[in-house]
Amino acid sequence: MSDLLAPTDEDAIAAAIRRAGTAREPLAVGGNGTKSAMLRPVQAARSLSTGNLTGITLYSPKELIISARAGTPLSEIEATLNEQGQHVIAEPPDPGGPQTIGGVVATNLSGPRRVAWGAMRDHLLGLRAVNGHGQVIHSGGRVLKNVTGLDLCKLLAGSHGTLAVITEVTLKVLPAPEAVGTLVLPGLDAADGVSSLSAALGSPYSVSAAAWLPADATDRIPMLSAFHGPVALVRIEEFAPSVAYRMRKLRDELGGRGEILDDAASRSVWHAIRDREPLVPMTDEAVWRVSVRPSAGAQVLRSVGDACGARGYLDWGGGLVSLAGPATAAAHEAVQMAARDAGGSWMLMQGSETLRVAVDVIPPEPEPLARITQRVKAAFDPHGILNPGRLYASL
Amino acid sequence: MPRPAGEIILTNMINQPEPKAEILARRDTIVAAFRGMLPPEAVIAEPIRLRPYETDGLSAYRQPPLAVVLPETTEQVAAVMRYCHAEGIRVVPRGAGTSLSGGALPMADAVVVGLMKMNRILDIDYADRCATVQAGVTNIGITDAVQGRGFFYAPDPSSQLACMIGGNVNMNSGGAHCLKYGVTANNLLGLKIVTAEGDVLNIGGRHLDAAGYDWLGLLTGSEGQLAVITEVTVRILRSPEGARAMLAAFRSNEIAGACVDSIISSGIIPVALEFMDRPAIHACEDFAHAGYPLDAEAMLIIEVEGSSEEQDALLARIRAICEQHDPISMKVSQSAEESLAIWKGRKGAFGAIGRISPDYLCMDGVIPTSRLPEVLRRIGEMGDVYGLKVANIFHAGDGNLHPLIMFDANDPESFRKAEQFGADILKLCVEMGGCLTGEHGVGVEKRDLMPVQFKAEELEQQRRIKTAFDPDWLLNPNKVFPLAASSERSARTH
Repeated sequence: MSDLLAPTDEDAIAAAIRRAGTAREPLAVGGNGTKSAMLRPVQAARSLSTGNLTGITLYSPKELIISARAGTPLSEIEATLNEQGQHVIAEPPDPGGPQTIGGVVATNLSGPRRVAWGAMRDHLLGLRAVNGHGQVIHSGGRVLKNVTGLDLCKLLAGSHGTLAVITEVTLKVLPAPEAVGTLVLPGLDAADGVSSLSAALGSPYSVSAAAWLPADATDRIPMLSAFHGPVALVRIEEFAPSVAYRMRKLRDELGGRGEILDDAASRSVWHAIRDREPLVPMTDEAVWRVSVRPSAGAQVLRSVGDACGARGYLDWGGGLVSLAGPATAAAHEAVQMAARDAGGSWMLMQGSETLRVAVDVIPPEPEPLARITQRVKAAFDPHGILNPGRLYASL
Repeated sequence: MPRPAGEIILTNMINQPEPKAEILARRDTIVAAFRGMLPPEAVIAEPIRLRPYETDGLSAYRQPPLAVVLPETTEQVAAVMRYCHAEGIRVVPRGAGTSLSGGALPMADAVVVGLMKMNRILDIDYADRCATVQAGVTNIGITDAVQGRGFFYAPDPSSQLACMIGGNVNMNSGGAHCLKYGVTANNLLGLKIVTAEGDVLNIGGRHLDAAGYDWLGLLTGSEGQLAVITEVTVRILRSPEGARAMLAAFRSNEIAGACVDSIISSGIIPVALEFMDRPAIHACEDFAHAGYPLDAEAMLIIEVEGSSEEQDALLARIRAICEQHDPISMKVSQSAEESLAIWKGRKGAFGAIGRISPDYLCMDGVIPTSRLPEVLRRIGEMGDVYGLKVANIFHAGDGNLHPLIMFDANDPESFRKAEQFGADILKLCVEMGGCLTGEHGVGVEKRDLMPVQFKAEELEQQRRIKTAFDPDWLLNPNKVFPLAASSERSARTH
């Protein structure tokens, strides 16, 4: 087991990075480690955690902003927002551990609401971070609009700790909806399901989530098991009278059939989808996340299933394909090929260490872009000490 | 040596990097090379025909470029970029030239790469709710192309009739409706870019959240510093069933500001929430006769969306909130026509100010919304000190403030004061916890104020990223970063 450094303030994080830089010793950067099974494993003698950098530093409900140190548990932020009737817009999945807000931002993982309201990176207004020189840098701020200088918030969100160590973030938040409703369209296969989701997302009713689940997944979710088959699901989040009105209109426009789930059932179903509960991988299986144009989602699901027996479900109107299957190079190749054929992107979310070191865990970049990537990495982390190899073997 | 054409007119009041003498001297050779790689009408070099390109929406600054090229394809852009990279020629990308921060201001030794001929809509994909267009398609052109099917492109900058999507991406443009729909960055899926070295790259696509570094997010708002954007894939949204506006007038800026807080705290996010102060109300009413209340100190335009019953319900709630803030008057639009009339004055604000003042500077700071009354009071005091009039228009929901400073460009002293006044306002925005620019970009206008917002190592971090994309600092090098450091960087690489 590697040495764990878990400082309680930003200065100590910066000092640790400077020491590592001087010694040319790589650091495995993380929060509470809830996402360490993703992507490539980092080979480092020491780990640097922001898990002890905790606390909400600013919350101004009237200005729709919250700031917190990177190690603050997401659950604490959600609870604080909940007291004021607000929420984290991107609805990040719960990986089943005490994930930190820094980790959520650094991985840019978003839930079902992403399709309508944007990803974590879309609501990241500002951050503080320590680069590989050990310098504290800030980008953005605490205001809702800001185009001053290059947008390092977007660049660091989803960079998995490979460019800088995020120490504090400021997020835009919104009022949580008064009510939630879900239209369930049973019996549609993936392709027909996606057509319905597309019609719903292309309707004037501000659909806030749209997913399709196969029969085995439906059986596993208590509120849906009565449907005994695949379902397409469409969510509205609004004031209560609007939810009722829009559910009715959507049902009419999608063929006049389907059942409407009430508020409590809706919240429970979308929590399950957010947290990838429709997918129950066996312990030795791999999990992938494929992002494609929504109309290609059903095809990706079918071709990966045909090639290696992987199972999955669709979120984001068909555009997010979550898959579980054998942790083999052949299965991984099938996923890559399906994503590539659809012009999309993939990410290995979980898998054996053997697989994770052997394959491209995200799409390789074309050579001219890979060159820029190397230079941008060096622009932040000249000694290559921050999470080396996490995204690409050579970075 | 003959005097290069690019140097003939020297009206620029802004400092520029030292032009490269060897480039100016080789102007004819360079122009001939462009003529060899582009259609004849796509290369402009005659001084009289360079004039339209010497400035942009920040017309106080002028500088004709070395030449202008107007490519029609990404391949032509790539050929130009490869040549410029090989020859060390600076490049200034340009869309419609509507930048209010001087983002498209040329340099004497730079070639302007104008994207306006790349104005085709390439693909509309309703099933996946996206459209792929060339960079020179206007903002409104996208909505025009999809509104027959009930869709629209959400970001709506005031210049949307003229401004082009490539420029919108480079500036991360906003608009009056971004409180609900977000800014350009939140509405993009993919880009085709040409790098400083002339490579063509596809970034993103039609899918969300591609794995790897978020180049899409970094390029958005990069002000032409990192690459030339030639194609854009945007998300298109289905229009709501309807929208309606209301107007509420108040006795003070403080009261109107408190009303904004109350609306947001109630859980309602209006699709637009605009604030105008007394000078702005008067200027716009005189110009547009929109029925604005002339007895008010401050006025809000609030717009909601949905079915007509939903609109009624939301407007009733908002009305009740306004009632608690002692309004002078309220007017709820009863129809789409009345909503248009309410918006007419706001959308005509620039024209209205133009009518009462020969020239004006439109500032673009952002402040925490809670500081609004204080900021407006201090802006008023500064105006008194400088002896200049100022009207304030404000995207109240998101804190984006647009003070319009009136001056006379024929009076150099008046212009100098207006610039200084503007800089003071932006410093105040930063002091209040805000930032220098919410949607217009840094450009040349605010580049020397960047140290107010960023520490030296933060600016250096941003410059290193630029260097990673543009090792020779050929792309728009007179913008965004304080000039002294940029000149030093440019000089070092040659």
